[in-house]
Amino acid sequence: MDRNQSRRQVAAMKQSLFDQGLLDEQFIQLEELQDDANPNFVEEIVTLHYRDSSRLISSIEQALKERNPLDFNKLDTLMHQFKGSSSSIGAKKVKTECNLFREYCRAGNAEGCMRSFQQLKREYAALRKKLEAYFQLARQAGPQETACRSK
Amino acid sequence: MASAGDVFRQGLPEVCAAGKLHVLAVDDSHVDRKVIERLLKISSCKVTVVESGSRALQYLGLDGEKSSIGLDSVKVNLIMTDYSMPGMTGYELLKKIKESSVFREVPVVVMSSENILTRIDSCLEEGAEEFLLKPVKLSDVKRVTDFIMRGEGMKGVKISKKRSRSDDCIPSLSTAFSSVSHPCDISSPPSPCVLQPKKSRLSI
Repeated sequence: MDRNQSRRQVAAMKQSLFDQGLLDEQFIQLEELQDDANPNFVEEIVTLHYRDSSRLISSIEQALKERNPLDFNKLDTLMHQFKGSSSSIGAKKVKTECNLFREYCRAGNAEGCMRSFQQLKREYAALRKKLEAYFQLARQAGPQETACRSK
Repeated sequence: MASAGDVFRQGLPEVCAAGKLHVLAVDDSHVDRKVIERLLKISSCKVTVVESGSRALQYLGLDGEKSSIGLDSVKVNLIMTDYSMPGMTGYELLKKIKESSVFREVPVVVMSSENILTRIDSCLEEGAEEFLLKPVKLSDVKRVTDFIMRGEGMKGVKISKKRSRSDDCIPSLSTAFSSVSHPCDISSPPSPCVLQPKKSRLSI
């Protein structure tokens, strides 16, 4: 596949992630921070996010197991951190699920929390997979014109 | 009420040898630390990043450890701190910095993902220069660092913000700020009209 074709594929994949409502403006903001000296900044940030957030997911899972009663404060705090990290990479849909979860926490609704957490995990895993594919394709396509910042 | 000239001129910042602002960034999120560091480096700043308020105080030498007399305190031109951190919040860190005779003049910017008016108010009242909503953008960082480099501080804008506090339909403050591109744009005395076009709110 020639270089231009690869790049078009990458661009199309990215557009699709936006069209599906999975990513927001923050992802673009991160891309604009890339340059020749830091060509993989977004991937580095995203990798870091998944490392940190998987720990948070485990903590939330653990906290949801400690019922009778659920510690809603703790859950809300953990979710706040998780949401912040998701927001920093532009994970739009995941962020929406975080907000829902926090509303259930504030309402003291245990069932709601558990249900929305299951949905959140699905969205989280789906985006993770898509971003992995995206970055793999991007790396194959070579340095992108998204590195639009001049020194 | 000080005149516009008195309020705005604070003197140029003492920058480090390379002519760069030295910024101390504080955030418990590893991702956010990496992002703010990048934003600041792109804005031509020297950056020190720490993960907590207590680490920040340690770095500044404000952690109560007896420092020897004559020891030069670290030179920092701006502190940017996250609000919600475990242990010491950004608000508590702000207070400690403002209580310090050495560092109280250093501008402190608070960052938060939550747009809570009472939170914004208490930070501003405690002396924060600005409150930025996360995720922080490059344009936010550039605006803040530009202000500080020009030695204008943001005290004039802070006065405007205090007057508009009773207005509860205030938009995100970081966007309200963007209407104040240069302190000289504010007529003397600073008019709330900069942030609120409706004259009727001048009743404060």
